[in-house]
Parts: sequence; structure tokens; C-alpha cells
Amino acid sequence: MSAEILAAPSSGIAPVGHYAYDQVDRAFLHDRVEQFRDQVARRLSGTLSEDEFKPLRLMNGLYLQLHAYMLRVAIPYGILDSRQMRELANIARTYDRDYGHFTTRQNIQFNWIRLEDTPDILARLATVDMHAIQTSGNCIRNVTCDQFAGAAADELLDPRVHAEILRQWSTLHPEFSFLPRKFKIAISGSPNDRVAARFHDIGLVAKPGRHGTVFDVFVGGGMGRTPIVGVHLRDNLPEEDLLAYLEAMIRVYNEYGRRDNIYKARIKILVQALGAEGYREKVDAEFAAMDRARYRLPPETVAAIRARFGTPALDAPSDAAERLAGARRADAAFDRWVRTNTHSHRAAGYISAVISLKPDGGIPGDATSAQLDAIADLAERFSFGEIRISHMQNVVLGHVRQDELHALWQELGRAGLASANIGLIGDIIACPGLDYCSLANARSIPIAQKLSARFANPDLQERIGDLQIKISGCINACGHHHAGHIGILGVDKKGEEFFQLTLGGSAASDAAIGQILGPALPEDSTVDAIAHLVDAYLVHRTDGERFLDTYRRLGAALFKDAVYALA
Amino acid sequence: MPLLENGRIVEDFWTTIGGDELLPPTGPVIVPLDRLEDGLARPAGEKLGVALPPDAEIAVLRAALPRLALVGVTFPTFRDGRAFSQARALREHLDFAGDIRVTGRPLPDQYEFLLRCGVSTVQLPDGADPAVWARAHERFTTAYQPAVRDERAEGFGLRRFLA
Ligand code: HEM
Ligand code: SF4
Repeated sequence: MSAEILAAPSSGIAPVGHYAYDQVDRAFLHDRVEQFRDQVARRLSGTLSEDEFKPLRLMNGLYLQLHAYMLRVAIPYGILDSRQMRELANIARTYDRDYGHFTTRQNIQFNWIRLEDTPDILARLATVDMHAIQTSGNCIRNVTCDQFAGAAADELLDPRVHAEILRQWSTLHPEFSFLPRKFKIAISGSPNDRVAARFHDIGLVAKPGRHGTVFDVFVGGGMGRTPIVGVHLRDNLPEEDLLAYLEAMIRVYNEYGRRDNIYKARIKILVQALGAEGYREKVDAEFAAMDRARYRLPPETVAAIRARFGTPALDAPSDAAERLAGARRADAAFDRWVRTNTHSHRAAGYISAVISLKPDGGIPGDATSAQLDAIADLAERFSFGEIRISHMQNVVLGHVRQDELHALWQELGRAGLASANIGLIGDIIACPGLDYCSLANARSIPIAQKLSARFANPDLQERIGDLQIKISGCINACGHHHAGHIGILGVDKKGEEFFQLTLGGSAASDAAIGQILGPALPEDSTVDAIAHLVDAYLVHRTDGERFLDTYRRLGAALFKDAVYALA
Repeated sequence: MPLLENGRIVEDFWTTIGGDELLPPTGPVIVPLDRLEDGLARPAGEKLGVALPPDAEIAVLRAALPRLALVGVTFPTFRDGRAFSQARALREHLDFAGDIRVTGRPLPDQYEFLLRCGVSTVQLPDGADPAVWARAHERFTTAYQPAVRDERAEGFGLRRFLA
């Protein structure tokens, strides 16, 4: 139902599924850049102490890492157009070491930035309606969304308009910009959770109700050192109450969340301390007391924002599917890539293609400026100039004609972007780890590279099937190891890098937190240990059973033996 | 310490009373929350303000509110954003129409947020440059969400003009 109900887009809006800025939005962004320029000048002149500057730079996405500043640029709900992608490539070339890194929250990071350059970088981003607002700091962060939104066959409702509403509402929010801790919201419009709704501070699942859009609300999920699956707070929240209810939820958190200990400051700790019922009572009391008319989200507002979204005109030739089938029969390598790297589209003759940023032995989520440019070109040629970033650190072209898929795949091959491993063991998530991060215990990237090289054989990968490996360099869990079918956590043992394995996690609708398998392993045995786990799985699985399901069926003992019995 | 209202320095008529200082018999005073009773014991015509600590619930002022001309909220550090919620709840839940004054250590970059949450005056921290605060107030002309100031809508959607 998604595209059909979209209002006719205003003239001049490109057919890309994100909000098109107008002059007022651009003026706002300009003011924001000038504000930051002023703040950087005050910092460089010493008027602002580092302590005072820190929250201000963080609210503009500027982190201080191990070796340099890192700038995290927001990609709201993961949607970019080609023009924006080319500007990101420019920034990588001009101000960084010619590459960028896509994150698990649909943002892009530049790792080698000079403080003095950041106002100019932000000004260049503003020329393509991009920014780094609230990509870090104790505020409401970039709202993440399903990478197949508006395209997926299994979707009930395109959640991007509501993601945009939340983006606008949370931008420089007067009350919620100095929360106890960062605050992450994800929104999905499909019953198949691809946004990890239950691992967010607030997770929203949008669906059509009897009188318009309604939301199921989850709260208090998260990873970090205290992984918790979110509590199901309420069902069928009417669209017009969306902002009011979120205001109430976050106000309760702002008032009662802990501020004495940063490790206990996330909303998940508050929800656990009050209990789901206790928290719900407080939220309901606030919701009942507030001026609901003021925070009402009327259908006209939703319609006005929807009108600034582009919609692709989908009209594939009637033989598109047939021609794709023919191309698959003629080319086994292409056929494999289609099996792993595509997703069914709601419109006949179309398909969504996933571009893997996980080449054999490569660094998950990294892309060179040449690759960014190539993706921009291919998006223009094959998918209405629209590009999506997934929380798995890959890129998606949402609306590709099935009869053109083979040509796309050939072009991707030329750009080194045709790895056929989506959802497979090579599709690894890894945090920056000790190569960049000052909090790290261990290097996540080399482990990811070694695993990716070890399992490079595409036949082997496909035989192993759906298996998600997620790696974090420390307990902060930026690599989501708790939610990996196999999680790998870097730990420090007397100054040496060790890795702890967890099994059985999932970020999907069957959300679960992985269980520790046994004692941590030194780096050189970790890759072997994963190979033993995989071997054990291949021996014991039933037909079509995923690794996760074999683990859930048989329990840890078998896998423990596979790793530790030989040692 | 200079007092800021609408981006300008104004005169401060109030006297802030510490924990065990004697209350002057007349004149506007701000008492700490735990001395609210002492303040209320003064003649009804004498202006009274109360300083709220960040962990206090707004509801404790409900009964006394008709007698209060000022409520103080505070930032122990700029990172502690509870005062934003206190100010907004005062305006929104209790319809408080008096002065909401900020003390402590807010940053100028928070000034617009404070105003939009219903704060009326800011006691500037030591060493603050009022010009930087005034500039912060003029920085933005639009905002993207409802706030207690009931700003005029700008164009379409959620946008509104900042006053
Ligand atoms: C190198 C700079 C980074 C630093 C210093 C850093 C720091 C942290 C810290 C301290 C936490 C724990 C916060 C908490 O639980 O309250 C955290 C969580 C997280 N970070 Fe990072 N991080 C960095 C880079 C990244 C990158 C590159 C990504 C994405 C690839 C990322 C994604 C996340 C996610 C998804 C979480 C946990 C989810 C949650 O919020 O519960 N971080 N990070
Ligand atoms: S998990 Fe730890 S090591 Fe990895 S990026 Fe996050 S803070 Fe750094």
C-alpha cells in the first residue's frame, strides 16, 4: 500500500524516498553550520574549555578517537540520493584518507578529520542537505529504518515519512538535548523486524489500523554492557498521539533516568528499575497530564511532509521477470548473487539489490571514494538515484528492474562490489575496535578480515547458510555481538587481546541475547574456533535448519565441546 | 551576577536566601525548597520565589503556586538537563505564569532551548559573556517541534517561527 497512498509529489522533487528540503530547511542548516563555526572558533581561541566544547561537538557528530577526530554524518533513515553520495565521496577525498565507513546505525563516519576543517565539511554537506546533527551526544540520535522500506513485498506500511517526522521533531529538541544518555529510536513497517526494534531505546512498528496508521511501541532495549531485549510498552498507538506519547516517554526518562553513573544511565536501566508496569504508569500519568492538543500530530501535517517525499514511477516491462530468469539460467555466478543479494519487491518486475560492503578479507562497511562515486552512478542508472544504507553496513538499491539486474551486477563486479554474501558468514559486522577506538580492548577488524578470508569460498558460504557473526572490541557492544548468531567480544587479559564467544543471539523478531560459550580465546585460536563451531553445526543440522536454530535445538554443550574439547 | 531576560541584561530585584539565613521581613526573596514554609509565613503581599533542586518533582509546588512569583530551576552542570523538563512541566501542567529563573552553569548554546521550555530569566554564570548569550538567542529563526511558547507555524508540517 505504500506508494499508492503517497500524495502526488510537489514538482521538482526527485523520485527518492526521503524528505526534500526547501529554503527554510536550508536556512536552518546554514544557521546550524554557522553556530558550529562559532563554537569551533571559541574552542580554538580558548574561550570554551574542552569540557564545555565536548557536548557541542558531539551534537555535531565530532568524536575524538585514538589518532584523530572522527566525523559521523547522519543519513536519516538510511536514505541518500546520488548527489549526496558524490558529496560524501568528495569529502572522503578532500578531508579524509579517501574512504568512509558505514555504521550499524545507517550513518557514515570519516576517521581522519581535522577540527579546523569541520565547519567547512559541514558547510559542504549542507549544500546537499546533509548534516551531522545529533549523531552523537546525549540526545535523540539518527532515527533508523528498514533498508527495504517502501520496496519490500512483506511491508505493511512505508515507515519513512514517520521517520522523517521523528527526525524533524527531535532536531534541536529544546527539552531532550541533554538527556542522561544517548537515545536511539528505530522504526519498521514490516512484521519482519529488520531494524532491531527490540534493541533500541524506543522501537516502533508501524502498521495500518482501522482509522489510519498505528504503532506498536517497545522501550528499554539495548546492547552495551547490559544487553536487554526491549519491553513491549503498548499496542496500536494512534498516529495523532505519536509525538505526545514519545514526549511523555522521554520526559519520564529525562526526569528519573540516572545521572550519577554513565553505565546505568540508559533508559533500559530505568525501565528495569521501575519495572515495565512502573514505567508505564509514569508515562501514562504524564501523557494524561500534558497538553495533548499542542503535541497532536494531525493528518494534515503527515500529509504535508509526505508530499515532500519523492516516489519512483514503477513500470517494468511485462517480461522483466522472465528475462531475469533467463539471465540466471545462463550465468551461474549471477544466479548465486541473485540468491543471496536480493530482496523481493512489492511491484511486479522489480527487485531490491544489496551491494555487499564485505569483500573477502576486507573491512566491513568501508568504501573508497571511487566506490561511493560508482554506487552513485549505478543508483542513477538503475534505481532512480536512490541509495539506502543498511544497519548491516551494506548498501541497497531499492527499486531495480528485474530485466536490468544482470547489467547492474556486471557493473558492480567492475567496481569490486559484487560479493555474494548477504546474510551469510561473510556478512560480518565489526566495530572499529583498537585500530581507531580509545575504549577498545582488542582489534575487531583483523578478526573480521581473517574470518572473511577463511570463509571466502562462495560454495562453502552458501552451504553454511544464514549465519550472522558480530564483533565488538569491548563491552560497549558497538558491533552488536550480543545479537550475533555468533558474537565475538574483545577482552583484555593482562594486556593481551582475547576474544570471548557468545552463541544464540538475534536482533530480528526472535530477538535474543547470546550466551557466553566458555573461556576467552587468544586471537590466533579464535578463527579456528569459529571454524569448529561451523563444522559441528554442519554435522548436526537438520535439513534447512539455520545455525541459530540448531543451537537453540541442541544447546551449548555440543558447541562447547567443538571448541574446547580439543584444546 | 548579571540577569538575562530576552537576550538583554536586566536589573535583579530579588534576594536569594541561603539555607540558614534570616528571611528579611519585606522585599522579594527566593527561598530554598525546604524553607518554603518560612517564605509562605510572610505577609501575603510580599513577593516570594522558591529555588527547586533538580531532583524535585514539580507537584510539590502545587499548593503554594498561587503565592509564588518566581520558581528557580538549576543546572549543577550544563549536562544535567532536568531543569528543561521542570520548566516545561511548570508551564504545562501547573499553568505557572510567573518568572522561571535558571541558575547554575548552563551554556549559552542552551539558551534558546531554555526559552522554549518556558524559562524567562537566566542568572548568568560567573565570567559569562552576555553578548554570546544574545547571539545564541538570535541564531535560529525556525524550530521543528511544538514547545510551550506556542510559536507561530511556519509554512507546513512541524515548523514554527522562533520569537
Ligand atoms: C570509535 C568510536 C566509538 C566510540 C568511542 C563508541 C562508544 C560507544 C559507547 C561508550 C557505547 C555504549 C553506550 C551505552 O551503552 O550507553 C556505544 C554503543 C554503541 N555504539 Fe559505539 N562507539 C564508537 C563507534 C561506533 C561505531 C563505528 C558504530 C557503528 C558501526 C557504533 C555503534 C554503536 C551501537 C549500535 C551501540 C550500542 C547500541 C546501544 O546503543 O545500546 N559505535 N558506543
Ligand atoms: S565496541 Fe568498544 S571498541 Fe568497539 S567501537 Fe565500541 S567502544 Fe570502541
